Amino acid sequence: MSLFWLRVAAGLYGISMVYGLIALLRRREILSRATLPIAAIALNLHFVALVEAFRSGSMASMPLHESESLLAFLMMFLFVAVYYLWGTTSPGIVVLPTAFLLTLSAALAQSAPRFASPLIRSGWIYTHVVLILAGYSALFFSLVASFLYLLHERSLKNKKLNGFAGKLPALETIDDIGYRLLLIGFPFMTLGLIAGSIIAQAQFGTAFMHDPKVVLSLLVWAVYIVLIYTRWSAGWRGRRAAVLAGIACVAALSAWAANYVSGMHRFIAR
Amino acid sequence: MKLQLIGVNHKTAPVEVRESLAIPEWRLEEATRRLLEHPGVEECFVLSTCNRVEFTTSSEDGVDLRAFLGEYLAANGSAMEKHLYEYEDTHAVRHLFRVSASLDSMIVGEPQILGQVKQSYAIARAVGAVQSNLDTLLTRALSVGKRVRTETAIGSSAVSIASVAVELAKKIFGSLHGRNVYLVGAGKMSELAARHLRSHGAAAIFVANRTFERAVQMAAKVGGSAIPFERLYETADQADIVISSTGAPHAIFRREHGELFMQRRKNRPMFFIDIAVPRDVDQQIMQVDGIFVYDIDDLQQVVKSNASGREREAERAELLIEEEVIRYQRRLQSLDAVPAIIALQEHVEGIRQAEVERLRHRMGGFTLEQQAAIENLTRGLVKKILHPSITALKNASGGDQLTAMSELLHKLFGLELFASNGPNGKGNPEALSSMSPSEAERDQSSDPDNCASELAQKTNAGR
Repeated sequence: MSLFWLRVAAGLYGISMVYGLIALLRRREILSRATLPIAAIALNLHFVALVEAFRSGSMASMPLHESESLLAFLMMFLFVAVYYLWGTTSPGIVVLPTAFLLTLSAALAQSAPRFASPLIRSGWIYTHVVLILAGYSALFFSLVASFLYLLHERSLKNKKLNGFAGKLPALETIDDIGYRLLLIGFPFMTLGLIAGSIIAQAQFGTAFMHDPKVVLSLLVWAVYIVLIYTRWSAGWRGRRAAVLAGIACVAALSAWAANYVSGMHRFIAR
Repeated sequence: MKLQLIGVNHKTAPVEVRESLAIPEWRLEEATRRLLEHPGVEECFVLSTCNRVEFTTSSEDGVDLRAFLGEYLAANGSAMEKHLYEYEDTHAVRHLFRVSASLDSMIVGEPQILGQVKQSYAIARAVGAVQSNLDTLLTRALSVGKRVRTETAIGSSAVSIASVAVELAKKIFGSLHGRNVYLVGAGKMSELAARHLRSHGAAAIFVANRTFERAVQMAAKVGGSAIPFERLYETADQADIVISSTGAPHAIFRREHGELFMQRRKNRPMFFIDIAVPRDVDQQIMQVDGIFVYDIDDLQQVVKSNASGREREAERAELLIEEEVIRYQRRLQSLDAVPAIIALQEHVEGIRQAEVERLRHRMGGFTLEQQAAIENLTRGLVKKILHPSITALKNASGGDQLTAMSELLHKLFGLELFASNGPNGKGNPEALSSMSPSEAERDQSSDPDNCASELAQKTNAGR
C-alpha cells in the first residue's frame, strides 16, 4: 500500500508542478490557486506512504529510494510552510520539479533492497536520517532562495520589471526566507550528525571518521556554519550567499550519493 | 420601460462646471428624492464624484431630464447645456457598466469609483428610489465593476512618478514600515515622493540641502529631521531609500560611497531615486551589490510601460463590458418572456387538470396510489412537452423574435393571449424599451409586471 500512496502522491505532485509552472508564465493567479491544495493533498498521502513504509519495515534499511521519498516529503513540507509564513509559492519553480522527480524515482522503484543488519533496527538510525534530510531540505531551500534573490536583483538592476522576476516576492522577503530556513535547518543538521556519530561510534569505533560519506557530511556542516556566519556578521546575500549555498548543496548531494562508496552506510559488516 | 442618463464628467465639462453641479454626500439623499418626485420618474439614481455628476432614471415613457436639471439648479441651465451628455437604454447600460469598471475615470482603473457607485446605490435604495429595474441594473453594474477589477490587471500598476517610486521600493523592501528615507536636495518632486513613501509606512525622513535653512523648512513640511550637508556621507547609510534632486553639476554619490554604505549597512540593500538632471548618482555605483538606482528616465519608462499596460487591459475590459451588456439585455428579454411562459404553462396545466378530473369522474375516484401515479405521469408529460418551447421563449432575442414566437405559440396552442402583440414588438431589438410587454399583454395576463419584478428580485436575492 505504501508504494500505491507514494505513486498517487507522485502523480499529484506532478499536477501541482504543472499548475505551478503554468501560473508562473501567466499573468493571472487563478492557476496557482490549484497548486497549493493539490500539493497539500499529495503531502498528506506522501505522509501516509512514509508511515506505512516505516511500519512494514521496508524503511528500516533506508535504501536510496526511501530516502528520496523522505527528502521530497520534507521539501514539500517546507514549500507549504513557506507559503503559510510568507505567502509565496515562488520557490516552487525549483522545489516542485525536484520533489516531483524524487518522489517519482522512489515511486517507480520496484522493490527495495534490504539489509539484514540488526543495527539498523534501532531507532537511532531513523532519527539520524530524518534529521539530516531535514537539514538538507532547508539548505536546498536556502539555495533556491539565493538563486531567486539573484534573479530578482538582476532584473531590478537592469530595470526589467515585467516577466518572471516581477512575480517574485520583494528582495528582502526572499532574503528573509533563505536566512530563516538556514537557521531552522542548522540544528537539525547538527543533531543528525551527532546521532550518526553515536551510532557509528558504537558500531565501528573511531574508524568511521575515515568514511567518505562522513567526511562529506562534515564538509556540508562546515559550509553551513560559514553560510550562517557570513550572513549574520557581514550580511552576505545574493551572489555570495548563492555560491556558498551552492557549494554546500553539491557537497550534500555527493554525501547523499556517497552510499555507493561508503561501506559503512551500506552496513557491510567489518 | 425607458432608461435615461444625463450628466457631465471630466471629459465634457471643466472643473468649474462640475463644481457647480456637484452634490456633496450629505445632499445626495435630498437630490435623489427631488429627482424621484420629478413627473414621470419611477426609479432614479444619482451619482456625484469629483469627476462626474450623473442622473439616471427609469420611467414608463421617458422624462425631461434637462428640465429637471434646470429646475434643480434653479438657473443657468443653458450654460450647462453644451457640457451635458445623455444616454438612453442600452447606451445608458453600457455607460453605467463602464463607469463602475473605472473605464470612464480620469485615471483609468482607479479603484475609488466602485465604492462611490456602491454608496450612491445604497442611498438611492434607502430612499426607495431604486426598485426592480434599476436595482437589477445597478447590482449588475457593481458586479461588472468587480469582475473587470479581478479579471483584468487594469488597476494593478502605478502610473505616476511618486507611485512608481513606492512600487519599486516595495519590490526591494517588501513592506516600507520602518524604512528610512533620505531627501538630498529639497525639491517639489522629492517632497511628493517622500510624502507618498511616508503614507506607505516609511519611518524617519532625513533632509540634507546645500542651504541648511531650506533643509529645515522641508524637514518641517514632511515631518523629518534636517541634516547639515557636510554630514551627508556619514549619515546616508542609515537610509534605505535616498531621493536625490540637487542641482549639483557632478555626481554626489559615486561607487566608493556605495561600497562604504554597503559595508556599514552589512549589505542590506539601498535604493537610490535620482530625479536630478544632471544626475546626482554615478552609474558606476550600480556595480555594487545591493544598490539599486533609478533615474528620472527609468521612472518615466516604468510609468509609460504601466500606462500602456493599463491601456491594453482597458481594451480587454471593454470587451468584457460588451459581453456584460449583451448578457444583461438577454436577461431583460427572458424577463419579458415571463408572461408568455406563464400563460403557456397555465393553459396546459388547465388542460391537464381538466383531463385528470374527467378521468376521476369516469372511474369513480382514485385510490391514493392511483392519484399519485396519475399526477406524476401527467405532470411529467406536460413538463417534458413544454420544456423546449419555454427554453425557446427565454432565448428569443429581441422583440421581433419574441413576437414571432408568440404568434407561433398562438397557432400551435390556440392561446388567445398571443393574438395581438402591439407595435412595440416590432421595435429595434437593440433598444431596451422594445422588450417590455405590450399593452395587450398587460390587459389580459395576470399582472405581468409584478411577475417580472418578482423574478428580478428573486434573481437579485440569489446573487
